[in-house]
Amino acid sequence: MTTVTAVTPETKPVRSRRRPIQWGNIGVHAFLITMAVVWLFPVLWAFYIALRSFADTTLNGYVAFPSSLTLDNFFNAWTQGDLARNYIQTLAVVIPGVILTLLIASMVAYACSRYSWRFNRLILMVFVAGNLLPQQVIIVPLYQLYLALPLPKAVSDTGVLYDQLIGILLIHIVFQMGFCIFVLSNYMKTLSKELTEAGLVDGASVLRIWWSIILPLCRPALAALATLEFTFIYNDFFWALLLIEKGAKRPITSALNNLQGQFFTDFNLLAACSVLVAIPTIVVYVVLQKQFIRGLTLGSTKG
Amino acid sequence: MTQAREDNALDLAGSQAGQAGARPSRRRRRFSVLTRRDKILLGLMVGFPLFLDLALIWGPALVSIGLSLTNWRNTQPLTWDNFVGLGNFERLASAYPPFWEGLKHNVLWFLVLMLIATPIGMFFAVLLDRDIKGSRFYQSIFYLPVVLSLAVIGIIWQLQYSADNGFIDAVLGFFNLPKPDWFGDPNINLWAALVAASWRHVGYIMVLYLAGLKSVDPSLREAASIDGANGRQTFQHVVFWVMMPINVVIVVITTIESLRAFDIVYIINQGKNGLELLSVLITNNSISEANLTGFGAAIAVVLLVISLVPIVIFLSWMMREDTSA
Repeated sequence: MTTVTAVTPETKPVRSRRRPIQWGNIGVHAFLITMAVVWLFPVLWAFYIALRSFADTTLNGYVAFPSSLTLDNFFNAWTQGDLARNYIQTLAVVIPGVILTLLIASMVAYACSRYSWRFNRLILMVFVAGNLLPQQVIIVPLYQLYLALPLPKAVSDTGVLYDQLIGILLIHIVFQMGFCIFVLSNYMKTLSKELTEAGLVDGASVLRIWWSIILPLCRPALAALATLEFTFIYNDFFWALLLIEKGAKRPITSALNNLQGQFFTDFNLLAACSVLVAIPTIVVYVVLQKQFIRGLTLGSTKG
Repeated sequence: MTQAREDNALDLAGSQAGQAGARPSRRRRRFSVLTRRDKILLGLMVGFPLFLDLALIWGPALVSIGLSLTNWRNTQPLTWDNFVGLGNFERLASAYPPFWEGLKHNVLWFLVLMLIATPIGMFFAVLLDRDIKGSRFYQSIFYLPVVLSLAVIGIIWQLQYSADNGFIDAVLGFFNLPKPDWFGDPNINLWAALVAASWRHVGYIMVLYLAGLKSVDPSLREAASIDGANGRQTFQHVVFWVMMPINVVIVVITTIESLRAFDIVYIINQGKNGLELLSVLITNNSISEANLTGFGAAIAVVLLVISLVPIVIFLSWMMREDTSA
């Protein structure tokens, strides 16, 4: 008993005293199971509709046992919606988006939390507050800015930032930076001061200390943030909806806006499409659940 | 003066002899160890991202305020003739009913998330924090909706709510009950959308409170139970108050989520016919055929002013935590 409490200093001993009262626990479990079913139902229902054929549902209705299950809807949604294209566009935004956001955020967090200079706290706040603004507050001028900002034809086929994946990438990096800076600077504050100073005394440059001392120590926070940022950027609907003109050019989540109209008459296809969009985040969540939750917890508590 | 010179000497000695001597004075003059090159590097590391942040977030936020004073329509160049003072705001208040509708819906959105979804999430967290069997399994399920995009959530719930093909009305029809058009009827569609939004919010809040509960010092609970408090009393009088920092974060997050709400109503019906929110009114006015750039910016300014409340609360919380840490 003592060794157990030593290893996990929680309220184990107090809790285990509750064990004999089984009736209360049964009630709790009944409640939780009911709620779990209610919670899971809408997602399972979407899968179920997606697996049934249009003919089957028109004949028997949606709330019915299936006469057969098929993956056809997924293939049809994939080809009719030209989803491969949207997924590639998603990847082109999400992968550089996560990497660059974390790199830049870790630099700012490092410079603001490991060194004290006159405005370091103020600047942290500018970043954090920027991340808290509703996106719609800035969209009106941002939209005009994107229309007006010229880009060389080599990078942008429209000649401006508007209607370009690179524009979406840019606003994601800038907008997500604030949250990552907040989490990383809190994390870095918990690292020992001596680390930076020993490096400086040994003649390492600040860049070198950031890259070879601080970043490796931040690996847990970076992993958690990478998982979280993947879903944040993947799930973005707003930026690409307004800063890219047509569905075909958008990443998958905002392309849903058009796909919904396209599949509206066929609920089975629509369900399949929404499931296809949801699957990457669900997979990431199932595989990296711990990282995911740690990321959120790091964001809400200090360290 | 002598103090400073001594510090300098100490620092020199410290850097030559490694760590040992410099300790007491190091905190104040950390920068003195940095070379000029280091300082420039640090300046760039912060300066470049700061430039982007100002150019793409704070700049546009300020420009929104400027544009809100104009009747600019984006089709012609902006000139001084476009200046209309507070005209847009007068029109918002008196001649544009969707504005009050939208504001009311945003308030309702906040109230439902705050007073219904948040307590449910907290309740789940309290239940799952005790070491009951399968706690992690339940957590995973309640948390699942949080990883889905609100646009996907809108479609998933359409499969429930659709009047012709949805699950709910099929079941109601089976029992010969009236079958409302959940997303179509402007009297109820906001509530239907809020069910879907809450479905997601509960899991979010649950995770945050689970982390908060873990950080509560167990001896506090023991002390409370020795004093004869039962579980509910302990939570109500002790644990809840110890978690105050988390409570603040949750109020801030919930407020901002309800101001940002956009995706779900947009995917349902583009935020019209009972689903007006300030966020969609901004885009529907300024980035659409109507091209009412200045008018849309005025709504954005209203949203900006409201969102400053949670932002200021959060920043002052952040500062207090910083100094107390």
